[in-house]
Amino acid sequence: MQAFVLLKLSPDTVDELTVAADGKSLETEALRFKLGDSDEHALEQALLLKEKYGGTVTAVALEALEVDDVLFTALAKGADRAVKLSGEFTGSQSHAAAGAMGSFLQSGDAALPADALILLRSQAIDDLDGEIGPFLADLLGVPYVGGVTGVAVAGEGLLVTKEFAGGLRGEFTLPLPAVLGIQSAEKPPRYVPIAKVRAAMKSGRMETAEIPLPATPASFTVERMYKPQAAGRAEMLEGAPEIVADRLVAVLAKNNLI
Amino acid sequence: MSGGILILVEHLKGELSQISYEMLGIGRKLAEASRAPLYAALLGSDVTALANRLGAADKVLLVEDSRLTMPPAGTVASLLKVLIEQQQVSLVLVGGTNITMGVGSMLSVRAHLPFVNFCREVRLENGAVVLTSQLFGGKIFSDVRLPDGRGIVSVYPGAFPADHDRSERASAVENVPVPIETSSVVFKRFIEPEVGDVDITKQNVLVAVGRGIQNEDNLALAEDLAAALGGVICASRPIIDQGWVPLSRQVGKSGMIVKPKLYLALGISGAPEHVEGMQGSQSIIAINTDAQAPIFDVAHYGVCGDLLEIVPVLTEKIKARKG
Ligand SMILES: Cc1cc2nc3c(=O)[nH]c(=O)nc-3n(C[C@H](O)[C@H](O)[C@H](O)COP(=O)(O)OP(=O)(O)OC[C@H]3O[C@@H](n4cnc5c(N)ncnc54)[C@H](O)[C@@H]3O)c2cc1C
Repeated sequence: MQAFVLLKLSPDTVDELTVAADGKSLETEALRFKLGDSDEHALEQALLLKEKYGGTVTAVALEALEVDDVLFTALAKGADRAVKLSGEFTGSQSHAAAGAMGSFLQSGDAALPADALILLRSQAIDDLDGEIGPFLADLLGVPYVGGVTGVAVAGEGLLVTKEFAGGLRGEFTLPLPAVLGIQSAEKPPRYVPIAKVRAAMKSGRMETAEIPLPATPASFTVERMYKPQAAGRAEMLEGAPEIVADRLVAVLAKNNLI
Repeated sequence: MSGGILILVEHLKGELSQISYEMLGIGRKLAEASRAPLYAALLGSDVTALANRLGAADKVLLVEDSRLTMPPAGTVASLLKVLIEQQQVSLVLVGGTNITMGVGSMLSVRAHLPFVNFCREVRLENGAVVLTSQLFGGKIFSDVRLPDGRGIVSVYPGAFPADHDRSERASAVENVPVPIETSSVVFKRFIEPEVGDVDITKQNVLVAVGRGIQNEDNLALAEDLAAALGGVICASRPIIDQGWVPLSRQVGKSGMIVKPKLYLALGISGAPEHVEGMQGSQSIIAINTDAQAPIFDVAHYGVCGDLLEIVPVLTEKIKARKG
């Protein structure tokens, strides 16, 4: 099985997000980018599959600030190849991301390998125009399942577990090649020491592929971006831990909770 | 908006999902405002009985077929494409849930319509459809306009009231003959939720831990606090995914919906997927180092500070008070 993990970095929301002067986009200057949780899990799931069934893992990421670190980390974790899709992708949406990934996977006349498994995030916090997985699957003409929390090889194809809600899950079978939107891997994403990432950097094994920015279909227009007005706001208790703890005890007592 | 409005009815194991009523509520309002017909697309095997609970719609479009047991997103998208062409639909509403995820995106490709995710509000402005979506875990809102009022909208669960009361009206049901493509994605079976040691939906006091707890060893701090308060611990998704706390204790979109008397959120940012599972709690107290964390918008009381410092002191004081 040839696993391809497609990664797209998202703005790190730990930092303050600022709306740009046009009132319709984010101030990109101040943004830092990172892999979202389900991107991390997609990579982990691919590595777990390789450990179990053999094959290769190719990590592919759209160019963004911090993307080199992400790809070297993927190599350090056990990916066989790391490919950076270079182009002006900052701020691009899921349609464009799927287009770029699709042209990489079918570069030139090369058809998608018959044993290709494409893993990517199920859904991320910046997927305003939809999830990448279904777009890519339709583009490639292969089956798709999202919300995936488990993958096993079954005969010629796959047996995947998808989560619904409230702990209820379902099992589906599908043939390869296929696209899976990973919600969470079967194990938590592995930790890799920084020394290994540095070694990967030194190896210089990262490849770059120039991808023209794909044409995107007619879409909606963003009229305004803004920070939401909080509907309610907590009453904030302030002070040193000792004082805050006393105040919390008072609140608990007032509400008959202790 | 020139054509009709269609909602994709969501159901699971013979029950209508809450989101179906939420979508019917919005759909009804838009239908009144634009004088467009409201259709409810009910697709599945053995679903006829659900049709008479969809009275808010002007017409139920029923596609019943044994091959539609937990159909994959691609199959549903193809069916919807036929329905929107047949009925001249402008606006399609689908649920922003794991059950429906993927359908809207695929339909948008196949029907050449824009798709808007994470929608919290839909309104008509001089005949144009304007939507408000949340981005970045609810930290930013975005207002978007659909060209010609045509598009596919994924409705964020819990953002709209569920309009139950309108469902008494009997609506017309039309059996629609639509060709069903056989999919290479085949549903095999359900895996029931793991039965945990405790049922967190039945607890009065929950101490919820999030990524701010930092490591597994620190869980003991939360356990002690929960014990002092006579409750148990539960967690946000990343903590469950780390394997530190069992799945049966996950709160949120893909976990449990809880409504305890007290919900104490420790190091939880308050992402919409988490808030969905706990916003109905009677008293919510949050401790977080980030004063801007969205959890403070749903909490009744908040402390901006380090949980690792505050929790041990709090536990001692509660114990002392209880004697
Ligand atoms: C389809 C889907 C379904 C999902 N389902 C769920 C679900 O069911 N449940 C769920 O919870 N999530 C779910 N998520 C994930 C959700 O989007 C968030 O990623 C998750 O809730 C974040 O968890 P968190 O708040 O623990 O972590 P983070 O968002 O990383 O927040 C950690 C917080 O801890 C604070 N902090 C750090 N250090 C300290 C300290 N020392 N003291 C105090 N505070 C500190 C930080 O300021 C931060 O606010 C789902 C996502 C998707 C896409």
